[in-house]
Amino acid sequence: MARVVVDVMLKPEILDPQGRAVAGSLRRLGLTGVTDVRQGKQFIIDLDGVVQGARLELLETLAAELLSNPVIEDYKLQVIEDPA
Amino acid sequence: MSLRVGVVTFPGSLDDRDAARAVRIAGGEAVSLWHGDDDLKKVDAVVLPGGFSYGDYLRCGAIARFAPVMNSVVERANAGMPVLGICNGFQILCESHLLPGALTRNDSLHFMCRDQRLRIENTSSSWTSDFMAGQEIVIPLKNGEGGYVADERTLDALEAEGRVVARYLDMNPNGSRRDIAGICNERGNVVGLMPHPEHAVESLTGPTTDGIPFFTSVLKSLVNA
Repeated sequence: MARVVVDVMLKPEILDPQGRAVAGSLRRLGLTGVTDVRQGKQFIIDLDGVVQGARLELLETLAAELLSNPVIEDYKLQVIEDPA
Repeated sequence: MSLRVGVVTFPGSLDDRDAARAVRIAGGEAVSLWHGDDDLKKVDAVVLPGGFSYGDYLRCGAIARFAPVMNSVVERANAGMPVLGICNGFQILCESHLLPGALTRNDSLHFMCRDQRLRIENTSSSWTSDFMAGQEIVIPLKNGEGGYVADERTLDALEAEGRVVARYLDMNPNGSRRDIAGICNERGNVVGLMPHPEHAVESLTGPTTDGIPFFTSVLKSLVNA
């Protein structure tokens, strides 16, 4: 049993209108000092067996080609073996 | 024999029927294609219509890109077959890397629905040869994620190579870089357009009939090919 966590964020240079709207809302609700908000996605993939070798390579490929769009997004993949 | 233009239906496509109707009005034969079938039924060109394929889940067009029909569309497009992606179809073409860049959430965060004035800037693509250079047209625009983005180098290359097919006039409805409403690939056979020419082919239902030349263009380009 393993868990793979993929975080996907818009690249820093890509405008994030959703993040900007959330920043406005945080300020309206009284949070001071908000300079920026960026909104992203997190995928939690649970799998049987271990994640290594060709399977890990396939996960990297899928994170790069399906879960994220390399034109506008960066991703970070993390493998957690035996998640509690 | 009339030329066959395929229109793909994905789960969540909305404008496939209007696209097929536009093809018929322009004088072509519209052929329905199904997302789950890689058989293109011997069509001469393909339209990827607007809508919300796969519910726009993940990213617009991200899942449609991997539909079986797209394997055939990408292969044939790379061999020169004309392909027009409208709205969601444009998003699918970008996700498929047939066109550079990506389409992101409108900068206003609002879904925009309006009759939009455009300037046609490229009249050598398979889908715009029936326009005059610099011609201004009005066709419907309706999108929530229509902001065209690409890095500066890509944008400069698109401009230098004359691959900006159409630009927004009067106002930029979605924050697209450099007011870009549509682009084409290097060869000019693959065109992506955010506004909807297929909704402007009859005076009864459209604001104009300015959308027709997109469809007559491809039929003429196929005859001359």
